[in-house]
Amino acid sequence: MAEADPTLRYVERGGASVLEVGGTWTVFSMKDLRPQVQKVRRSAQGRTGGGAVVVDAKKVERLDTAGALEILQLAGGDPDTRVETAEERHADLFKVVRENMQAPPRPARVDWFTNLLEEIGRDLIGLGHHTRALCAFLGEVVVVFLRACVQPRRFRIGAVVQQMLEVWIKALIIVGVLTFLIGVVIAYQGVQQLRQFGAETFTVEAVGIGMFRELGVLLTAIIVAGRSGSAFTAQIGTMQVNQEVDAMRTIGLDPIEWLVLPRILALVISMPLLAFWGNMTGLLGGAVACIVYLDFTLVQFFDRLRDTVGIWHFYTGMIKAPVFGIVIAAIGCFEGLRVRGSAESVGQLTTRSVVESIFCVIVLDAVFSVIFLLAKV
Amino acid sequence: MSAEGGQIVDHRDGREVVLKLRDVRTQFGDHVIHDRLDLDVFRGEVVGLVGGSGTGKSVLLRTIIGLNPLRHGRIDMLGIDTRGVSGRAEQALQARTGVQFQDGALFSSLTVADNIIVPIREHAGLDEPLMQSIAALKIAMTGLPPDAGDKKPSELSGGMRKRASLARALALDPELLFLDEPTAGLDPIGAAHYDALIGQLRQSLGLTVLMVTHDLDSLNAVCDRIAVLLDKRVVVGTMEEMLAYDHPWVREYFHGPRGRAAIRQE
Repeated sequence: MAEADPTLRYVERGGASVLEVGGTWTVFSMKDLRPQVQKVRRSAQGRTGGGAVVVDAKKVERLDTAGALEILQLAGGDPDTRVETAEERHADLFKVVRENMQAPPRPARVDWFTNLLEEIGRDLIGLGHHTRALCAFLGEVVVVFLRACVQPRRFRIGAVVQQMLEVWIKALIIVGVLTFLIGVVIAYQGVQQLRQFGAETFTVEAVGIGMFRELGVLLTAIIVAGRSGSAFTAQIGTMQVNQEVDAMRTIGLDPIEWLVLPRILALVISMPLLAFWGNMTGLLGGAVACIVYLDFTLVQFFDRLRDTVGIWHFYTGMIKAPVFGIVIAAIGCFEGLRVRGSAESVGQLTTRSVVESIFCVIVLDAVFSVIFLLAKV
Repeated sequence: MSAEGGQIVDHRDGREVVLKLRDVRTQFGDHVIHDRLDLDVFRGEVVGLVGGSGTGKSVLLRTIIGLNPLRHGRIDMLGIDTRGVSGRAEQALQARTGVQFQDGALFSSLTVADNIIVPIREHAGLDEPLMQSIAALKIAMTGLPPDAGDKKPSELSGGMRKRASLARALALDPELLFLDEPTAGLDPIGAAHYDALIGQLRQSLGLTVLMVTHDLDSLNAVCDRIAVLLDKRVVVGTMEEMLAYDHPWVREYFHGPRGRAAIRQE
């Protein structure tokens, strides 16, 4: 587009200062105007010292709202400024812009320190509200659960089984592969480190105890949180956005009973099964590493495991699994029900649900460690 | 309908054609939606695009904007053949057109003012205070309250979102504006205000508007001509010509109880 650049100058005409503009004044032509404007304005102030300005826009060739706005702002931002135009179209444009001109927006910002304090305070209060809402939600789930115990048909076995297919069966491969790899890695590291003391056979205990007590269940929980917890939030959140949850309420279906309880039950049952599966594949990984690096046979590995690793190591891990399942499912559903309005909030809350459930799982794991320590198991 | 299809009446010879569709075909798989479709839109007019469900009004709009691939035929927009444009030329063309989507399609992570500034920053690159005041101007022009600029789209009502979306479409003072069902979901008062707004903006900014609509009142109030999608083609004419047009669907549409009510008000 070969077009004339915008021009402007202040002139004295009959005692009044006149702002003469010409050329193309459109949103595309004004990019490099600012330095020119400042120069002209400085020289104009020396001469006239401000005062009422008349705009002479007779030489303007093309004009749009952005151009008209800038011209009026240059003339002092007063909507009553008199504008002389050659074309009626331009006069119309000036009229529209004048009617809709706003005072320049945005007051000065608050300084960053106050902002920071405000943010922190807001977040802390938000955290308090959030925790309270989560507790209230858990209470509601318990009530629905007890009611379902009285009327077992409320458990909705079909939905539970369907969810178990998703969170258990479809997770077997990923959980198996990852724990297997971790088993190999732990065993390999164990062999490398313990060999320095000539104690490489203790690798079996390292793999066994590590897997049973912590790694098997923790890894499984983290995978499930990322895979199923996020899916719960996204599913329920999308239903919220589509007003499906509202529709359920009006029909008289309790969303907790229909959406939340089946998911929690499914995960409570699936988590121990998955954790057990993870333990086994992890041990298998450890066994493979021992066969490769220590010339063990498979039978030797499991013989030593049976002789040296007590059954309570296995139990401690399995006790944690259903608790982690409850936490992950409850947080996933809770965040899903908190979705309001837009699709954007589904994304936000899904992220939040994963982070929150992994955080809670690890904190609970620490609590369990303390309990087991006190119970000496 | 004349044998060569499309335009039944073309009584404004000599006026500039800003949108020209020739022999356009769109199809999904084997399903042909439009075939040998011709349409002319002149500068400064408002054309309403109507048609029964499934006749592909929105598909046609998306094809014109370039969101659907054009299988066959040619679309000239503002004198530029859209088939060959890409890169810089395509961007320049996009800067001269504005689109308002049905549900607003505002960027949900940005405030309304920032939504309006996005196209300005991308295509014109002005300095911040000027862009802010342009955004404030567009917000006022579309009839939104001044404090709407700082709000997120999710905090607005449906009607306000439509206005905000229009404000974004108008950010660069486009010559050609496409509206997809602009009054759907608005209450009659809001819809009437919206129609008045379009008419006023057309007057003052010299806009050319192509709008998909089902709102007979809108067709009556702001549209100069009406394009009806019939049998994979388009038939264009003024309201009077449409009322006289002999086709079962057109007769039912304009002479049905709702059509009669809307026209009687005139």
